[in-house]
Amino acid sequence: MVALAHKPVDTIAGAALDVRNIDHGFALHGDYLPVLEDVSLRASPGEFVALLGPSGCGKSTLLRLVAGLDRPRRGHLLVDDVEVLGPDPSRVVVFQDPTLYPWRTVWRNASLGLETRGLLKQHKHRVDDALGLVGLQKFAKAYPHQLSGGMAQRASLARALVNDPRLLILDEPLGKLDSLTRLAMQGELTRLWQARGFTVLMVTHDVEEALLLANRVIVFSDRPARIRADLSVDLPFPRHRDHPELLRLRREALGLLGLGGDW
Amino acid sequence: MTSIAEAAPNRSSGAVLAGGDERPHSLGLLVVAGILWLGVAALVLAWPDAQELERTGTLGGIALVLGAGLLIAAVIGRFSVRAAAIGRVAPWLVALALAVTAWEIVTAKLDLLPLPFFPSPQAFVEVYTDDWRRLGDSLLNSVLLLVRGFAIGAAVGFVIGVALGWSPKVGYWIHPIMRVVGPLPATAWLPLAFFIFPTSGSASTFLIALATAFPLAVLTWSGVAGVQTAYYDVARTLGASPRFLILKVAIPAALPHVFVGLFMGLGSSFAVLVVAEMLGVKSGLGWYLQWAQGWAAYANMYGALLVMALMCSTLITLLFRLRDRLLAWQKGLVKW
Repeated sequence: MVALAHKPVDTIAGAALDVRNIDHGFALHGDYLPVLEDVSLRASPGEFVALLGPSGCGKSTLLRLVAGLDRPRRGHLLVDDVEVLGPDPSRVVVFQDPTLYPWRTVWRNASLGLETRGLLKQHKHRVDDALGLVGLQKFAKAYPHQLSGGMAQRASLARALVNDPRLLILDEPLGKLDSLTRLAMQGELTRLWQARGFTVLMVTHDVEEALLLANRVIVFSDRPARIRADLSVDLPFPRHRDHPELLRLRREALGLLGLGGDW
Repeated sequence: MTSIAEAAPNRSSGAVLAGGDERPHSLGLLVVAGILWLGVAALVLAWPDAQELERTGTLGGIALVLGAGLLIAAVIGRFSVRAAAIGRVAPWLVALALAVTAWEIVTAKLDLLPLPFFPSPQAFVEVYTDDWRRLGDSLLNSVLLLVRGFAIGAAVGFVIGVALGWSPKVGYWIHPIMRVVGPLPATAWLPLAFFIFPTSGSASTFLIALATAFPLAVLTWSGVAGVQTAYYDVARTLGASPRFLILKVAIPAALPHVFVGLFMGLGSSFAVLVVAEMLGVKSGLGWYLQWAQGWAAYANMYGALLVMALMCSTLITLLFRLRDRLLAWQKGLVKW
């Protein structure tokens, strides 16, 4: 294990998220396509909330709104009781694709958030720390095309962690990894979350992944997305896939997603 | 820590081995080349010329020095890797010795080809020994004109391309102009440019800049416009300003396209340079070509063509070097 004592946990406590009656949609060939309808949810500081739903239901759209990349058509988004008006490094997104800049080394990719704010000179050690945290310190000088898929996703995680985010927004971060790497990274995500105490909002397609990692699993309907259920997963970490409570929740979640009979 | 360690691919080993392999073989060929060039020297010096020529002795001397040098290199090459590296060009040196021999025989020695269109090798040498001042001056003027025009054109084209790719408002105004005026060859502006600009030098600079700017602007534009939005999203969530997005995201991401544009621009700037110098500018290699033709001094023309070829290929090589340096990250990603 790498050192967890990066910073005392209480100094970077997570943010509180309050999503109030969000409506959102897109113009498509002249028609309006509603994507989110009256979505409200809250996450307490330090909570790990997973968003589960059918493919294309609008979960990622919600994440973009929370990140401040887009503004909702209606409703309010509050982080720590302050309206979200645009992106902010305290709310960092890890996308499904690592989207590392191919012209920058791993180190220079990870340092991006400090560079944008002109903090890089004084805080170089934070980049080294974050790379250490995801086990990439030896690859600091490598270029992205020299990394495996799992390593690239770790690098993008490091790029997020450098900013000491209070809300980590994960858009299917493990979606494109092979199953072994995925299992390993699930363990690492739990470890990082417990060590750093940030709030996590994670979109996933994987029911099991949601139940393994999150305190709460919010199940969405098909588009336009509405919240169908808010399951709380009250199990200690590390969790085991074959825990009876987890299996029961899995059945319930799959049922909500319309796959009950097959399982 | 469950680290899935994978070594970064090691790309360096293959080339070194291949280089070492060639060594003994090329050294043998180097000896052959040396002997052949000594043979050229003997032929030039011993066989009396059928034409009246000035620089037969000089040509023989050059062949003699080259032949001896190659033999010495072959000997040193047994001990020094650096000298052995000359062995790589040994096949070319052999071919050149044979070609010069044939050329020398059919021109200077037997006088089989009509003058002045087919000058002998020593007439060619004479151009450089006797007219190097004028030729050097022409080269300098060409390079200065080209570099000035290319630099201005590259800067303007780059800025226009970035602005087009970045801002729809700029695109609205510039795009139609580029669509209509851009494909016009820069040389078509020549009469107008010589009329508008006070000197032929400034007119030529303008034309070369124009020839460079258009392809560069188009390629830079498509490069910037093609940058994945995800790259911007990432930077924006990390607090990037628009300035950062342009300078640190859009431009580096578009740089491979920019270099394609620079190569195309450099190519068309050569064409414009020669035409401008032939038609208006009173110096430079294009002017020298024209001047040599006026005097039916074909040897001088060939000599100037060779200098021009070397100038162009050197400039292209420099641009390749710059690209290799700036786009080193593409190695292993793109097949060059």
